Amino acid sequence: MSKKTSATHIDRRGFVKIVITFLGTIMGVVIGLPGISYFISPALKAEKKDDWIPAGELESYPLGTPTLFNFTQTKMNGWERSSQSYGVYVLREDEKKITAFSNVCTHLSCRVSWKEDEKAYLCPCHDAAFDIQGEVIHGPPPHPLDEYQTKIEDGTLYIHLQEG
Amino acid sequence: MENAFKWLDERLGLNEIYAEVLDRQVPKVNWWFTLGSASLFLAIMQGVTGIFLTIYYVPSPDHAYDSINYIMNGVQFGWLIRGIHHWGASLLVVTVFIHLLRVFFYGAYKYPREFTWVTGVVLFLLTLGMGFTGYLLPWNQRSFWATMVGTEIAGTAPGVGGFILRVLRGGTDLSAVTLARFFSMHIWILPAVAMLTVGTHLYLVIRLGISHIPGEDE
Ligand code: HEM
Ligand code: FES
Repeated sequence: MSKKTSATHIDRRGFVKIVITFLGTIMGVVIGLPGISYFISPALKAEKKDDWIPAGELESYPLGTPTLFNFTQTKMNGWERSSQSYGVYVLREDEKKITAFSNVCTHLSCRVSWKEDEKAYLCPCHDAAFDIQGEVIHGPPPHPLDEYQTKIEDGTLYIHLQEG
Repeated sequence: MENAFKWLDERLGLNEIYAEVLDRQVPKVNWWFTLGSASLFLAIMQGVTGIFLTIYYVPSPDHAYDSINYIMNGVQFGWLIRGIHHWGASLLVVTVFIHLLRVFFYGAYKYPREFTWVTGVVLFLLTLGMGFTGYLLPWNQRSFWATMVGTEIAGTAPGVGGFILRVLRGGTDLSAVTLARFFSMHIWILPAVAMLTVGTHLYLVIRLGISHIPGEDE
């Protein structure tokens, strides 16, 4: 071993430690950061949906009674194609005024159903009720039922599905 | 910080471990002696990237291929993680084998290191086993037929061949059962055995020290 020649002299061990720390950090970052991104990337994909769903002839919906229309949409979750079903209550009050409510309870996403004799949408999960305009009558839901935009073209009703 | 370390060191003996493991006396050696450490490093990389792959990979015939496709095309840096695991596997086999050759040609397997050699041979076989079981997992044409051939070869062993083939495949056919058990071997059984064996191997290397390069008269 040669004697220390100056204050900045580093010995073999010191050098090896520095090189290992340096290379180790680089490798850690090169694998670590992509690793994090690899893990969270499915969460970052904002899935956008913007579709007009045909919901049949307007005339087929009775006046004054909410009527359920069901449709399904397929989508890819990773490597799996799965279909998701949607329920829309269409309320036709007169020729002009049409409202389309989502049947998803605004509390914790159970499905509500219209009970004609009680004139209310009832949610089975935590005993909530919404009136015919979607307003909360009682129960835990924090706000009224969600509404879909609608349009009518050539006598066909369309529902605007927007997500993400 | 310094005090916290002192406190821990007094109880855990960290400095002693460091001195025993990394500040060992070694003879003057050459680059061939780095291959064991290189094998260890590559094996750890395989472990890390392999764990990452299991986040998305599904060992079932109806999803294996698609899940790998998703890793390659649907996930950020999936190509990198899988690429490292894919190429690292071959590199590990090569590195371990050259390490074995170095030990052989330097006569480093001799007394008192015979058992180190034996654990090394086990590690080499485990490395090949990891390669064999991992190759089936993508469930593409190549991996399917490679495993068909590999298990058929095992089946040609006299007497017990048919039995070995059925144990490997989990039945007579190469099926969903084969895929599931290859996966289990690949991620649980072989790595667990390999970790124990590496532990023993390194314990022996540290306990016995490294052999020197043989001189001309040896
Ligand atoms: C995953 C596989 C393996 C790992 C991680 C590994 C690791 C190591 C390490 C770090 C050393 C220290 C010296 C050096 O690097 O040359 C070593 C030495 C040794 N290895 Fe391995 N090894 C593996 C496979 C094998 C194989 C396949 C054999 C032989 C069949 C083997 C036989 C030995 C022997 C006999 C020594 C002592 C050499 C000496 O004292 O000069 N190892 N191993
Ligand atoms: S989910 Fe409907 S009341 Fe709780």
